[in-house]
Amino acid sequence: MIFSPLDLASLSVLLFLLQVLLAPLFRKNERAMVNICFSLAAAASLLAVAAGIWTVENGTTEKAILVLGLPDLPFHLRLDALSGFFLTTIGLLAFYVSVYSIGYVRGFIGQRPVMRLVIFYSFFIAGMFMVVLADDALFFLISWEFMAAASYFLVMYEDEKAENKRAAFLYLVIAHIGAVAILLSFGVMAGLATDFRDFSGYTFDAMRASQFPVEWATAAFFLSFFGFAAKAGIIPLHVWLPEAHPVAPSNISALMSGVMLKTAIYGIIRVTLDIIKVFPWWWGAVVLVFGLVSAVMGVLYALMQHDLKRLLAYHSVENIGIILIGIGLSMVFMSFQMPLIAALALTAGVYHTMNHAMFKGLLFMGAGAVLHATHERNMEEMGGLIHKMPWTAVLFLIGCVSISALPPFNGFVSEWLTFQAFLLSPSLPAPILKLLMPIGAAILALTGALAAACFVKAFGVTFLGRWRGHHKPKIQEVNWPMRIGMMMAAATCLLLGILPTLFIGWMDTIPVQLVGSTISASAGTYGWLWLTPVASERASYSGITVFLGILAVVAAVYILLHVKPGAIRRGHVWDCGFEKLTERMQYNATSFSMPIRRIFGYLFNIKEQVDLAQQSAHSAFPKRLNYYLRVRDRAWGWLYKPIAEASFWLSRKVGMLQQGRIQTYLIYSFITIILLLVFVI
Amino acid sequence: MDIHTTAQIINFLAAMVLLTAFGMLVQRRIYGLIHLFAWQGLFLSVSTAIVGYAAGRHHLYISSVLTLALKVILLPYILNALIHKLKIRKEIETVVNVPLTMLIGIALVIFSYSLTAPVREMSTLVTRSILAIALATVMIGLLMMITRRHAVTQIIGFLAMENGLFFAATSATYGMPLVVELGVAIDVLIAAFIFGIFFFHINTTFDSLDVEQMARLKEGE
Amino acid sequence: MKFLPLLMEIMQLLLLLAAAPLFAGWVKMVKCWSQGRTSPSLLQPYRDIAKLFSKDVVLAENASWIFRFTPYIVFGATLLAGGIIPILSVDLPLSATADVIALVALFAIARFFTALAGMDIGTAFGGMGSSREMMIASLAEPAMLMAVFTMSLASKSTSLSHIAQAILQSDIHMALRPSLAFAFLAFVMIAIAETGRIPVDNPATHLELTMIHEAMILEYSGRHLALIEWAGMMKLFLYMSLGAAAFFPWGIAGAGNMAAIPLALIYLIIKFALAGVVLVLIETGLAKMRFFRVTEFLGAAFLLATLGMLAHFILE
Repeated sequence: MIFSPLDLASLSVLLFLLQVLLAPLFRKNERAMVNICFSLAAAASLLAVAAGIWTVENGTTEKAILVLGLPDLPFHLRLDALSGFFLTTIGLLAFYVSVYSIGYVRGFIGQRPVMRLVIFYSFFIAGMFMVVLADDALFFLISWEFMAAASYFLVMYEDEKAENKRAAFLYLVIAHIGAVAILLSFGVMAGLATDFRDFSGYTFDAMRASQFPVEWATAAFFLSFFGFAAKAGIIPLHVWLPEAHPVAPSNISALMSGVMLKTAIYGIIRVTLDIIKVFPWWWGAVVLVFGLVSAVMGVLYALMQHDLKRLLAYHSVENIGIILIGIGLSMVFMSFQMPLIAALALTAGVYHTMNHAMFKGLLFMGAGAVLHATHERNMEEMGGLIHKMPWTAVLFLIGCVSISALPPFNGFVSEWLTFQAFLLSPSLPAPILKLLMPIGAAILALTGALAAACFVKAFGVTFLGRWRGHHKPKIQEVNWPMRIGMMMAAATCLLLGILPTLFIGWMDTIPVQLVGSTISASAGTYGWLWLTPVASERASYSGITVFLGILAVVAAVYILLHVKPGAIRRGHVWDCGFEKLTERMQYNATSFSMPIRRIFGYLFNIKEQVDLAQQSAHSAFPKRLNYYLRVRDRAWGWLYKPIAEASFWLSRKVGMLQQGRIQTYLIYSFITIILLLVFVI
Repeated sequence: MDIHTTAQIINFLAAMVLLTAFGMLVQRRIYGLIHLFAWQGLFLSVSTAIVGYAAGRHHLYISSVLTLALKVILLPYILNALIHKLKIRKEIETVVNVPLTMLIGIALVIFSYSLTAPVREMSTLVTRSILAIALATVMIGLLMMITRRHAVTQIIGFLAMENGLFFAATSATYGMPLVVELGVAIDVLIAAFIFGIFFFHINTTFDSLDVEQMARLKEGE
Repeated sequence: MKFLPLLMEIMQLLLLLAAAPLFAGWVKMVKCWSQGRTSPSLLQPYRDIAKLFSKDVVLAENASWIFRFTPYIVFGATLLAGGIIPILSVDLPLSATADVIALVALFAIARFFTALAGMDIGTAFGGMGSSREMMIASLAEPAMLMAVFTMSLASKSTSLSHIAQAILQSDIHMALRPSLAFAFLAFVMIAIAETGRIPVDNPATHLELTMIHEAMILEYSGRHLALIEWAGMMKLFLYMSLGAAAFFPWGIAGAGNMAAIPLALIYLIIKFALAGVVLVLIETGLAKMRFFRVTEFLGAAFLLATLGMLAHFILE
């Protein structure tokens, strides 16, 4: 290699940052700007993907020190297997979304200034790359803020609506609370690295080298977990996700949901498994519990939604929960010195990271296509789109099947690996953990099944049936760049599902570096066809056999039946003798999830009301029926409202200091001077 | 029968006792409750007999027959007569819904397992693993008394707790001295009679056996 | 690939295709006997399927390619599942394709597409069936996983062939384990819910508002309906053989033991005859539950499976 992977990655970041100079050149010709800038973004993403793939394959670690930064505190860069993996994930999705954006952003030309979108898009992706390359606290936090600021402007892109501004503001507030927590955590670790003597502890290497006393390590861990949880959208810090993701443009939602949340996962893995390294088992249990709660509550919230993008946003909460389950399990096993099973759990969590980026990106791109074609986000007004938008329907279906964890696609592989890690929990020495882990596995199974139900609802109400809205716009299939972006993501989903051993083999440098063991040796014992994580007597799975097997049977049956095909006639639907069936009589999103709402409803704040407007003749024949349903997140009432009110109360009390008269302020200064003179001199 | 098979059979019966305890926790119908209680008594008496055979303690045979007579035949008969006389409706309401009650029951089993872990390490008896099940049965009996509104279910919960205690005694120390067991048996019988008399009075005063009604006895407000 | 196991695999698939309607006919026959009615012939399901294959297909005006494609996918997924469960012998080359968890996921694919087909037509019945079916599936999953977990604790594997072999090769004490007894009871309840039998769903109902599974396939006709009906019979057969392989595997031929196959066939016939009788006893003795009581039913299944898991750690 002429260029080292770190050079390639740095080049990629520079290309993104250069867009700020490139985009204004095309101010007059917005169409050319879109085509050229997003193509450049795609190319730059590919550079990063190449760098990442090469690094993970060979397990190398490269470091560099930039001349930028504060005096005596330069920026450090580091590209090791974990960073490489996240570079690959971010770069791959950025590539697909950039290709998609060439077609999608065309819809904004003439309505809004596109240059803003292009510039902040590039800054956003550059920020994410910088976060995973950072090797010291200063550069990490600067990149983190850069990424958050760029995404704030992107969420605010359509800022003429008040609700968009509110959503962006909420996002900014929670992102900054998280950033403060991360800053404090790094501060604790940096100070301890040098015993609070000087500033040289700010590099991650210095933090790695030092041993932290248990109380301080716990403080640092929980602060950083809190901070990263705020960015990842873990319950109860998830409230910004369903507000911010839907209002952003769909290509941005795809990136935010697909890869921005993963930078928080990167942070958690980096701080816990790489920097702190030695920890008690209950940290892993805490991570596991948060993961389980986020998974179940995320999917239940998603089932209550009828806005397509909000539904997908809540599913991101669920999938981040599943990733945390894998990481938490890995931490628990590591703390009991069982590196092989820890490697299995870590592989499952990291695999799910890549899978989620792919299928969530695909789903958001599909939702963007639907929004582009129908200008409608509410599922209950849609229906029958499969006839008008066949390509989008197939690609969205692939996304739905992947996220529902159905073989032979990729979602199933990572969930299966997580289950295998759970099934190995009887080898833990602590009896209470042995009894509680299977219940965690059952909760994960519940989550998977509810996710499948939710996506039957999402796909069925949006694409199937007949148009449910009042007036039907003219709908046509979206343009080719959008289709190609989605097709590439769908193909990746299929490949990750049927070739898991190759992927695990590529990825095995990550668990080796972090937990000291790998499963690729046992996973691939029987060749690339069979995935046998621990031993073949234990469990095995072959994605490609499932895929080819179903395909073979379908083909065989089809051919056999069509040797002498019977006729196919079209007729009316079965209406039970009732002739006046309308489109409004179909099941929509609210009715589909009614049984689940009935059963799990006590977890939400639900208000349901039915008003009958009577006809004068008889109460059995109402003239009109009003149905009112409001489902609210309990976290607002229990957590955020009290905190907001407490902070307002505190501010009011402190505000009493502001009297408004000059004499009072002069008295404050006078007292301060006297105190300083007394105590300092 | 070798010791290994005996231990297996005792463990199986212990599992059945736990199953009937859960069954009583979630059962809605009164006659079903009494049947489950009778089955629990049956499993208890058979396992006591087998422990007696395995450990060579012959007084446990007498215990077993006593349990059979009392808990499988006599008490269910008394309860049936009581229900018939009081003309009680067949369904019982619960305070908390059924799935939540089941989850609390499971949590209690896990709790009692982790609590009795040190005893299990030290004991050398063939019945050492049963102590956790017995403790869980006691707690599930108490849970039953808490989550039900009807007075008759409260007495059945009390009797289930007593079953659990008896089971605990069998497993921890191979049963209590016979005098103690006879005393306890007579106490339980008398308690059942006294409950019956009280229920007649309560039914006459309040016209119902719903324990929520008894909150009206509170003074003030 | 070795010749003998491949032959075994093909034999098993052919047996599945042939025997599933026979089992459905047997269940119908015993049910009619127990209710004092005259039963149709044992071979009636074959005639029904053949009749459906020869009929024309009538599609609703609104049906898309998903509606037409689903019967093939359902049939394919179910047949593939049939190639994985050991029915006559544990020596199946496809058995390494999926362990029990992946097997449950294969049935989930069939259910996913059937639910989509139910929503495709644009009537209220299909949506209702899909909604109810997905809810029951969601509640059955945790119970099923807990039962699988308990099964795997004893044999330290989730691969069906290995579970069967572990029980076959162990002594009688394995069978007396309370954990397996509880897991079996839980499995029976889950199987009833998944295959849509009374008390969860009535497969013979013709009242649309009481349907769960039937409502999703209400619009199918001709060869599509034939494939779906056949796949439904195969699913019932496969759940029975799953229970037999995991809990009562005696009679299944060991690895490489071709001579034991005819004996295995006889054992299979006896086991399935008994299973049919037990199924009919359950169906005739219980009434179909109100829809929201199914929560408690499946909650009880979860409870039993969890008790089995706890019993393993506490008592064994």
